[in-house]
Amino acid sequence: MDLLNALVAFLNFVFIPALAYGSQLALGALGATLIYGILRFSNFAHGETMAFGTAITILLTFGLQALGITFGPLPTALIALPLAIAATALLLLGTDRLVYRFYRDAKAAPTILVIVSLGVMFIMSAITRFLVGVEDIAFADGERFVVTARGFRDWSGLEEGLAIRSTQVITVVVAGIAVALLFWFLNRTRTGKSMRAFSDNEDLALLSGINPNRVVAVTWVIVAALATTAGVLYGLDKSFKAFTYFQLLLPIFAAAVVGGLGNPLGAIAGGFVIAFSEVMVTYAWRQVVAYALPGDWAPAGLLQIMSTEYKFAVSFAILIIVLLFKPTGLFKGQSV
Amino acid sequence: MTTVPQATLARSSASGASLRPVLLYLAMAALIVGTGFVMGWNYALTVVNMGLISAIMALGVNLQWGFAGLFNVGVMGFVALGGLGAVLVAMPPVAEAWVVGGGRVGAGLVLGVLTVVSLVVIRTRMARGQLATFVMLAVGVGGYLVMRAVLDPGVIAVEAVNPASTGYFGGLGLPVLLAWPAGGLLAAGAAWIIGKTALGLRSDYLAIATLGIAEIILAVLKNEDWLARGVKNVVGIPSPVPQEIALQQDPGFVARAASFGVDPVTASTLWVKVLYMGLFAVVLLALLLLAQLALRSPWGRMMRAIRDNEVAAAAMGKDVTARHLQIFVLGSAICGIAGAMMVTLDGQLTPGSYQPLRYTFLIWVMVIVGGSGNNWGAVLGGFLIWWLWVIVEPLGNALFGVISTTLPAGSPITSHLQDASAHMRLLTMGVILLLVLRFSPRGLIPEK
Amino acid sequence: MTDYEALRDNRGNNDRSIAKDNGSGGLHVADNRQTRPAPSVSRAFLVGEAMVGGYGKGPSILNGCTIAAEKGEIAVIVGPNGAGKSTAMKAVFGMLDLRQGSVRLNGEDITRLTPQARVAKGMAFVPQVRNIFPSMSVEENLEMGAFLRRDDISRTIEQVYGLFTILRDKRRQPAGELSGGQRQQVAVGRALMTQPSVLMLDEPTAGVSPIVMDELFDRIIEIARQGITILMVEQNARQALEIADKGYVLVQGGNAFTGTGKELLADPQVRKSFLGG
Repeated sequence: MDLLNALVAFLNFVFIPALAYGSQLALGALGATLIYGILRFSNFAHGETMAFGTAITILLTFGLQALGITFGPLPTALIALPLAIAATALLLLGTDRLVYRFYRDAKAAPTILVIVSLGVMFIMSAITRFLVGVEDIAFADGERFVVTARGFRDWSGLEEGLAIRSTQVITVVVAGIAVALLFWFLNRTRTGKSMRAFSDNEDLALLSGINPNRVVAVTWVIVAALATTAGVLYGLDKSFKAFTYFQLLLPIFAAAVVGGLGNPLGAIAGGFVIAFSEVMVTYAWRQVVAYALPGDWAPAGLLQIMSTEYKFAVSFAILIIVLLFKPTGLFKGQSV
Repeated sequence: MTTVPQATLARSSASGASLRPVLLYLAMAALIVGTGFVMGWNYALTVVNMGLISAIMALGVNLQWGFAGLFNVGVMGFVALGGLGAVLVAMPPVAEAWVVGGGRVGAGLVLGVLTVVSLVVIRTRMARGQLATFVMLAVGVGGYLVMRAVLDPGVIAVEAVNPASTGYFGGLGLPVLLAWPAGGLLAAGAAWIIGKTALGLRSDYLAIATLGIAEIILAVLKNEDWLARGVKNVVGIPSPVPQEIALQQDPGFVARAASFGVDPVTASTLWVKVLYMGLFAVVLLALLLLAQLALRSPWGRMMRAIRDNEVAAAAMGKDVTARHLQIFVLGSAICGIAGAMMVTLDGQLTPGSYQPLRYTFLIWVMVIVGGSGNNWGAVLGGFLIWWLWVIVEPLGNALFGVISTTLPAGSPITSHLQDASAHMRLLTMGVILLLVLRFSPRGLIPEK
Repeated sequence: MTDYEALRDNRGNNDRSIAKDNGSGGLHVADNRQTRPAPSVSRAFLVGEAMVGGYGKGPSILNGCTIAAEKGEIAVIVGPNGAGKSTAMKAVFGMLDLRQGSVRLNGEDITRLTPQARVAKGMAFVPQVRNIFPSMSVEENLEMGAFLRRDDISRTIEQVYGLFTILRDKRRQPAGELSGGQRQQVAVGRALMTQPSVLMLDEPTAGVSPIVMDELFDRIIEIARQGITILMVEQNARQALEIADKGYVLVQGGNAFTGTGKELLADPQVRKSFLGG
């Protein structure tokens, strides 16, 4: 029985990956939930928005690397990130002006806006593919590990190694900063409060003199920042592939719904709920259990509840359970 | 349908006389004939055959969205299930697999179903509360573990049976035409389960739930090799029409081809496609007829009444959720039939090739562009959008070819442009969808 | 535009008229309905004169009714269901297009202004339902009420807390978690944050207990004493008329009876028809 090794294995294979993945999902879900709260539709182009922002980051990163500019031990992509956010914001604002605004003025039904977002999804996915193609792209550079497995073993004397990749640390730190900034903005600034007011009660917000076009524009800019950051962090942590980002839509929506659509705090909680469930259900627990059990009680099987390919089933199952038992989500979401 | 009121008949015949749909269909036919002249008849027939299948899928989605306002973005899943149906019905059974693993897998699946059933029973019978939640959790987890314990050894045994060519149970070895309704049934069954859980919730939730179920169905098809060989693909699904090779060896067919002045190889490929076209057209027309009858029946009017004002319809005593479930199952079944037909046409099931953009969202473009709520519109949209989908890439290639002649040879832009033409179709579909939604939101042939 | 009707959906329940981006109604052919002659009020601080109008292209709900109030007065609109009470108030606030008639504030014709522009002119409106930001704290609700103001709002917030003392204790609580009466106080407080000269209340006591209603009426009197004109639609006609300087009894979109609150309460015909004896 070796609880310490079991704990290290758990941290290494479950907790840290899930924490990083959860941060990425939380940022993605925050964007989706903000659009739902302010513009009142589920944006199916959200995954493609993340992909677009990441694609711009990749191009800028390659450009910077070609110029010989790097960020030392940190990934060059972090230098490119602000510019990519600006580009994504321009794309989203342009899309709003050309596409969504018309339906907003016409007071179109939410489902119509969802279908419109399908059209936007097609176009954005084409643009992303034009820019960087469909292949896997790894664009993380700089230091690969903060803690290496070997270094940890030498330091601790334990059998089990603990590896912390720098992208995981960067993900958690950047996501933390982004969330703190967002909540400061929403709760402390005049514009942020007007966004919450608009989300709460659109008619009364209009009566109070809040300019809807400004609220919407600010929302798109924030969504661009969140989506690009989420996409870049995910791409750094794993790799970039256009289609993978479309598939992120399901866990992101699941996170937003689980937390309560339109509720930012809920989106963050939902992101971690989904990420931890996904990793824990698809992880083969044999090693952890073998350490935790006394003597030679080591289990024969892999102790994997589901194979990794079924990770979507986890998001989906949680989504269905929440929909059946608490349709407004863990935190109270909007009931439009 | 003797109950169709006179007024409805009169109105439909009056609008049936309207020239617009006829002209649009003629224009569509002209596009296909033009394609035949430019790209060859074999190509044109390929387009028509997939166009027929696309039209059927569009009909299914139109039934759900156009009639009932149900937002199903899991079309891909139902299409794939239809394809699975084709494998399970038409492929010859693998006797050895049944011997080594049939019992265990069967028992495992029964245990799985029992677990789900007992969960449902607990949920409906037991008083809500912590105890009920705990019992459900225990039954769910326990049932799943027992199921896996029974199932897994069977699966391993089955997948070990000649893995290069079988490694699965095979099918029932029945005529492949039976696979089409079977595919529909399979999709209908899945739709019933999904509908039972997700219908009655908000439309966004149904969309997200269906998006998820489609991904899960695909994950099952890709990973459960014992079922349909997963990504190893099932090939050689029997064809309902004669094979090209057989035709080329038939002296009668060769003689007839010669009398038309066509060589036997070309003639056989064309003839096989024409036969498929005939079969598909029969299915499409039958489904179109049924859908039209349904639309005009009291049932169809009730559906549209519910779509237009759910609250009022519910207040008049209509069971909205039950009606939605009906139409959700029917529409999904039609998508399943189309999926089975497609797999039959290809002669293979390739789970890796199913992509939501192609099998879900493209179908949506067809319905919206054609005219949601109008069956003729959906069918036209199916043909038109499919034609565009296949024609845009060669068009883009030609266009980029012209551009790259102006560039120096070996320019990196040239190769980039060649890659880019593959993505032109996504751009085109997005632009068309947005333009139609903006400037003609009721589609090419609007609902009457 | 009829094509886009297909895009609309009544489940959103957005009040289109609030978002109306131009206040143009256009003066069309008069609806020649017989109504009582409007009282001569053209010089009052707030006047909605001979108003004719309805929602969208629908039939006229207002058929030439006139509503007026002086500075610091409480004007109450009462009448049977479907008489157009709320519609008359919404017309004064610009939430529907007038086909005929005019609205004047302090002598200025504001008939063509949007509701938002009227807020900037010093009018404030408390809708009957959905009149708070439920997930925001009480204080944030007040801040949002003062969104258009760029000066220091802390004094106005203090005034609101002075008026509704319970809100001071609850100022960090989400407004959606308060009781019905407290929510109405938040709603009125939010409207007061623009320092309006006119406060319009659409059935402020709907769904609150009699004690809370009396309390709310007391506060309303207090607000009026500060020189703010109150225009109010009320179901509880008797209690509302007791505090009213002016009472308007509307029937079928026209003025049936007009007088001070006391006069109307004393009028046997009004008592019999509208006050239940």
